Amino acid sequence: MTSEDNYSDNNVVSKQVHKHDHTPPADQGPVTQVQAIQIAMQELLIEKGLVCAEEIRETVELIDSITPSRGAEVVARAWLDPEFKSRLLHNGTAACLEMGIDLRPTPLVVVENTSLIHNIVVCTLCSCYPRMLLGLPPDWYKSTAYRSRIIIEPRVVLLEFGTNLNPELSIRVHDSTADMRYLVLPQRPNNTENFSLNQLTELVTRDCMIGVTLPKNSVTS
Amino acid sequence: MTAQRFTNGDRVKVAEITGRRHVRTPGYIQGRHGVIERFCGYFPNPEERSIGLTGLPKIALYRVRFSGADLFKELSSAVADSIDVEVFEHWLREVEDDI
Amino acid sequence: MSAKRIGPHDVAGSVVDPVDTTAHELAGWEKRIDALYKLLADEKRCLFVVDEFRLAIESLGPDVYNTHSYYERWVLAIRDILIKKQIITSDELSQRVVDVLDREV
Repeated sequence: MTSEDNYSDNNVVSKQVHKHDHTPPADQGPVTQVQAIQIAMQELLIEKGLVCAEEIRETVELIDSITPSRGAEVVARAWLDPEFKSRLLHNGTAACLEMGIDLRPTPLVVVENTSLIHNIVVCTLCSCYPRMLLGLPPDWYKSTAYRSRIIIEPRVVLLEFGTNLNPELSIRVHDSTADMRYLVLPQRPNNTENFSLNQLTELVTRDCMIGVTLPKNSVTS
Repeated sequence: MTAQRFTNGDRVKVAEITGRRHVRTPGYIQGRHGVIERFCGYFPNPEERSIGLTGLPKIALYRVRFSGADLFKELSSAVADSIDVEVFEHWLREVEDDI
Repeated sequence: MSAKRIGPHDVAGSVVDPVDTTAHELAGWEKRIDALYKLLADEKRCLFVVDEFRLAIESLGPDVYNTHSYYERWVLAIRDILIKKQIITSDELSQRVVDVLDREV
């Protein structure tokens, strides 16, 4: 869930934070009861010296700085470099570290889509997600509907994302219940032989690394 | 930490355990059969950590592969073909091959 | 299917609603509670661990769990942990919530 993902790794990546000169979006409308609790807790924690406002601002910036482009670079490199791909599938954590992405302490398992198997990631119990590669999970990933249905009827759910999978593909769903995190390595689209690393990276969307869509330029049967 | 009990390909049954407050073994696999897909390493016990204990010594964690049709056959013909779930060792029981 | 569930968060196979594939831009308070979680559970402070946090969310009960948004559940779970660990008292928090709401009017 982490939720509830294991976050204790924030300090080791802080050197990768890009500084943004922006403030979080203003909250719309009147403050709700729960939002008031958030504000009150934050104020009390600051007054007690347990956190400081600067740390909160910096942590929000860190959260904002991690986007799915990180994961897309990993996927595109694996498409171009068979030896890197082999290392990535063998030990995702170590391969990402080669690229300067420190995922500790939650090991990364990379699952490869092939002509036989299509992989999809879920956390049925909460929202475990490879945040260090993809940023914060989207609303739908955390929703009861997705968590409830993706195992039971994955093809129907994928159609709701506009993805019409080849009916001959075997579907494997990975339920992130404990300490591993998962990234789908999609199939490289055809007719991209001459694409550069940057061009390939552009094809890799967040959703195709979770397994609910295919990379751009993919042709479904 | 104790030596891992299971290796890839072992058939296992997930225990049905009640009365614990925080567990990471969803209901849909409890009492069900699966196959060890891989050993993931040793991790602190989340059931103990959730109540303020250290969760040490670390315990073995596995990925167990289940058949979707087996788990949900009465619910759906559109179920995923296979489902991989992480399960801590103390939830896993050995299964004799001839069962 | 198996009706066995370990809590309100154990949802596999429980609903048939379509997935809303759109996503809202996170509000400031949502990012701030995410950041607060991260800070309070970091190695420096370690006021609680992820498993305590998950237990707190699960312990909100089905009514609260099912009627609050994802980050609302985070706020309520962290509140419960801070009070239980006597880092913040229930009274001082209640008073501050009143102050915050008064200020906003």
